Amino acid sequence: MTAYHVLIVKGFQSTAGLQSTLSKAGILIMSGLAITIGLRAGLFNIGAQGQVLSGALAFTYVGYRLHGLPIWVHLPVALVVGAAFGAFVGGFAGFLKATRGVHEVISTIMLNSIMAGIVDYLTQNQFRLQGQPNTRTPEILHSARLPHIFGYPSGFLIAVFLAFFVSWVLKKTTTGFEFESVGRNRNAAWYAGISVKKTIVLGMLVSGAIAGFTGAIFSSETTGYFVPAFYSGIGFDGITVALLGRANPKALIPGAIFIGGMRSAQSAIQFEAGVAPDIINLLLALVLFFATAPFLAKLLKSNAKSITTTSGWGS
Amino acid sequence: MDTTLLRIENLSKTFATVKANDNISLEVNKGEVVALLGENGAGKSTLVKSVFGLVKPDSGTITIKGEVIEAGDTAAAIRHGIGMVHQHFQLVPVMSVAENIILGDEPHKGAFISYAEARESVKVLSDKFGLDIDPDAIVEDLPVGLQQRVEILKALRKNVDLLILDEPTAVLTPQEIEELLQVIRNLSSQGVGIIFITHKLREVLAVADRIVVLRNGKSVGTATPKESTESSLAQLMIGREVIFRLDKKEAKPGAVVLEIDDLYVRDDRKLMSVNGLSLSLHAGEILGVAGVEGNGQRELVEALTGMRPTVKGSFSILGEVATGKNPRAIHTMGVSHVPEDREKDGLIATLSIDENLVLNQYKNSPFAKGWIRNIAAVNSYAEKMIEKFDVRTPSGKYPINSLSGGNKQKVVIAREMSQESKIIIASQPTRGIDIGSIEFIHNQLLASRDSGVAVLLVSAELDEILSIADRIAVMHGGKIVAILDPHDVDRTQIGRLMAGAKE
Amino acid sequence: MLNTIKSFNFKSWKFLLSVATFALWIYCYAANMDITNSVVASGMRFGMPLALASMVGIMCERSGVINIGIEGTMLLSGFTGFYVASYSKNIVIGLVIAILTGVLTSFVHAMMTIKWGMDQIIAGTIINILASGLTSFLYREGSTVPNTWPIFDIPILSKIPLLGASLFSQLGPIQLFGMFLIPGIWVMMNKTRWGLRTRSVGENPGAADTAGINVIRMRMTNVMIGGAIGGLVGGFICLELVGSFSKDFTAGTGFTALALMIFGRWNPLGAFAAAILFGLAQALATQLQIFGVNNVPNQFITILPYVFTILVLAFSAGKVRPPAAAGKPYEKEQS
Repeated sequence: MTAYHVLIVKGFQSTAGLQSTLSKAGILIMSGLAITIGLRAGLFNIGAQGQVLSGALAFTYVGYRLHGLPIWVHLPVALVVGAAFGAFVGGFAGFLKATRGVHEVISTIMLNSIMAGIVDYLTQNQFRLQGQPNTRTPEILHSARLPHIFGYPSGFLIAVFLAFFVSWVLKKTTTGFEFESVGRNRNAAWYAGISVKKTIVLGMLVSGAIAGFTGAIFSSETTGYFVPAFYSGIGFDGITVALLGRANPKALIPGAIFIGGMRSAQSAIQFEAGVAPDIINLLLALVLFFATAPFLAKLLKSNAKSITTTSGWGS
Repeated sequence: MDTTLLRIENLSKTFATVKANDNISLEVNKGEVVALLGENGAGKSTLVKSVFGLVKPDSGTITIKGEVIEAGDTAAAIRHGIGMVHQHFQLVPVMSVAENIILGDEPHKGAFISYAEARESVKVLSDKFGLDIDPDAIVEDLPVGLQQRVEILKALRKNVDLLILDEPTAVLTPQEIEELLQVIRNLSSQGVGIIFITHKLREVLAVADRIVVLRNGKSVGTATPKESTESSLAQLMIGREVIFRLDKKEAKPGAVVLEIDDLYVRDDRKLMSVNGLSLSLHAGEILGVAGVEGNGQRELVEALTGMRPTVKGSFSILGEVATGKNPRAIHTMGVSHVPEDREKDGLIATLSIDENLVLNQYKNSPFAKGWIRNIAAVNSYAEKMIEKFDVRTPSGKYPINSLSGGNKQKVVIAREMSQESKIIIASQPTRGIDIGSIEFIHNQLLASRDSGVAVLLVSAELDEILSIADRIAVMHGGKIVAILDPHDVDRTQIGRLMAGAKE
Repeated sequence: MLNTIKSFNFKSWKFLLSVATFALWIYCYAANMDITNSVVASGMRFGMPLALASMVGIMCERSGVINIGIEGTMLLSGFTGFYVASYSKNIVIGLVIAILTGVLTSFVHAMMTIKWGMDQIIAGTIINILASGLTSFLYREGSTVPNTWPIFDIPILSKIPLLGASLFSQLGPIQLFGMFLIPGIWVMMNKTRWGLRTRSVGENPGAADTAGINVIRMRMTNVMIGGAIGGLVGGFICLELVGSFSKDFTAGTGFTALALMIFGRWNPLGAFAAAILFGLAQALATQLQIFGVNNVPNQFITILPYVFTILVLAFSAGKVRPPAAAGKPYEKEQS
């Protein structure tokens, strides 16, 4: 039982805990957004992790290489670069799907491992900070670090803003309508004059961009330099958040805060309650399982439409 | 001796909010042909699906030869001697005829199928009922009429005591319909009880011993052909008087708006289904394309609306070449399209009625200004449309799959006919729709025609074409084989042309 | 038989590729017998788990259920099989437990997708996440497999000059079993009543239902058979091939297996051929590295299988025809 106590205290009650939770929550919201916007177009970007890594490394590189720029230039430029690299990876998968019918679930999972390999290589060689016992890049310059607001991470605010923005785009713009239509019925979308192929590519590009952006923000706000292991789990927790929120951008926020809290408390659990930190993985998996089982959904009377992605193998 | 074969007692079935069957009771005797009549949505399919075990009724009993049948179990129904020919074929396209027919009861040696025996049994069946078919042909390669045969043979394979036919004539030429009716008469004379579902009054009068009429899920009366006419039956079906010939003004055809020149189009299986087709459509006329389904109509319409690429030939709209353009471009040229498969092509089920009403105009003003959509404009437009076209719904914000089939089609019609188009291409526009809505849609088409719009009406319902078309083009084998004036043709002649005869 | 030979397309690229591969093999054999044999044997060993994992996919999809959770099934099965074997000092029990775990995992997947009608890809992903969570939490270091399997040389076949040494000798029991299982599945699918009914359920469940077949039961059974095979693979990798358990031992195998299934057109023999080719490619790459193409960094060799998988899909996915009803839950009551 102490474990649960630790969870709540370390996750939410202490200031340090709250800051950590919000910081993680912000990352999770954005990671979840990447997946959500893909789901809306009928795409399951399960490979957000690889895009996060690419974006994070790209951001870090720009972050430590460009000297002498003021923060209001350096930071945005670096963030855009991060997003761009994520978009590149995601867009590649989208391109494969639109032109060759390669299902994005398989291609993005493969790209995860491919990007992990490339990122690993670069970190150990070209991007390596010499003279350190562990493998890492040089530190990001101050001009690329995201400022904190009264000690609280601004990444969270950016994330919430982004969530509302994405929700608005989906409901009130023509692009949003295209995503929704293609995601629900490709034939009718084609009939309505929407280019399904372009929407698929765009969907993966945007999804990848948000994922890359997430990685960049994480580097900027939290870590300050790049070590591949820092980013483990962002992509997959994002999937959990997205599925819990039933692919609804605004619903990601509470889920992300919840998971953020659990992740914050994760290391403390080992010290204070003697339970292996991996229990969080298990707990989250169980939460996901029970929350998405339809019978429970009926119980909770959620009127969110059930999410579908099975567009088949040969599109 | 009790000759009652089938007894349905107090059967009820509700789907979500719709009471499809409301306390229905029915009997079928040995050797009796009972026609189950009713307009689309009356509950006929649901009733027979309950008998066959595809649907589990909420209450009531089904007894055959004195034994009560377990509900919702097709294997049990089959064991009790019930066979069913379905409205939408229940065949596996990639498998052969023989495999489809033996499915579920395969001749075997241990775990292995004896294909030789299977082929033999198909041949025997073919001969017995006079329905010729090649056991090794792959079903998806067969024309629709032959697929129908496989469906029928499959139902007749076991010794059936009761045979159910659900709208079996939809895809047949008039001659094939005659042949089928003869098969039914033969079967009934052998003692097989038959339930024959249709909404075509002509067929009912031709073959039924007794007629049961369903309306809105209830059984509203029985009759015999001797005492009935098409009008009296229609009145029972709808509950009010029906006008059979619409009040139709003479057409005043104008300039050519659509010119199709020697068009070739491939279908999904790479076969050339539109095979050198030429046709002209004038403003202010309704040109009906008559033909049995599967002769290239679907691919023709898809090509004309930009949804399918063409192989050779061209077509032009108002003088401008339109071959190879995408749906958006063709739409902008002034073409509206009521698609054949509204669920697949015409509507997005989980979006609201409002959204569906502006589906192919979402980018145009006033519904959008550049990137930003104007939802208020969408909603107010939708409100007007819902009223004008009498779409039955409490609110336009509900998802469109909450509507009945007829109302969904009204949404499609509303959307397509309100767009100031020059050409309307309507493909099977009244399929699966209740008579009231059918009347409405036909009147809309006529009104459009009177205001100078050109209407291309592709329909497998000969009656529909005879009723509203100004000219009739008969399509067979991917070509137009004849252009006729509806005033001086008869059904037999058209039927022969539809089947490919040369005069 | 004669008809098959007559109608065989000698110009098809598959045939030419096979001939070219065979010629290359003979050349390498002549150049260096031992290395060639070891590469081919490695290829077979790497390929077999992939081939078997594809069988899982095939069993599920031919009956209409897309199974993305193969990865998770293998992970969990390997885990339970390994630890039970280690604990009980008996690898046979371990294997049995692995298979049972596979059945149980696929049962959960089947409930989610068939009974509850969840989206199949999401359900599979959830299985993977669950498996990952369970195994990472319950992981304990330092266990070992108590003993190893006996190794077989198939009596006559292993003496064949070219093929024998690489294909038919030094085989573990699971590998041997796989070589029978795969053609067995092909026969089952295409020649038996069960196979016909399974295929009908996967192509048009409505048709199967009207023929009196219980769609739900067929799907669940096929998925669970697939799960058993998945458990076998997991057990195979941990107990025979590698001999240990590491947290991520599946490393994308489940997904690659799906790609191979698609490439092999949902045909067990096709998927098997694809898997062996894949394994050979990997073995070849490893061998080239040993030869001293060692300016290529380690990481790039590691990612090769993932690159290959994408290539496999890119060159096959678009034009294929999956079982028509794969991915859609079957709902009996349609008004």
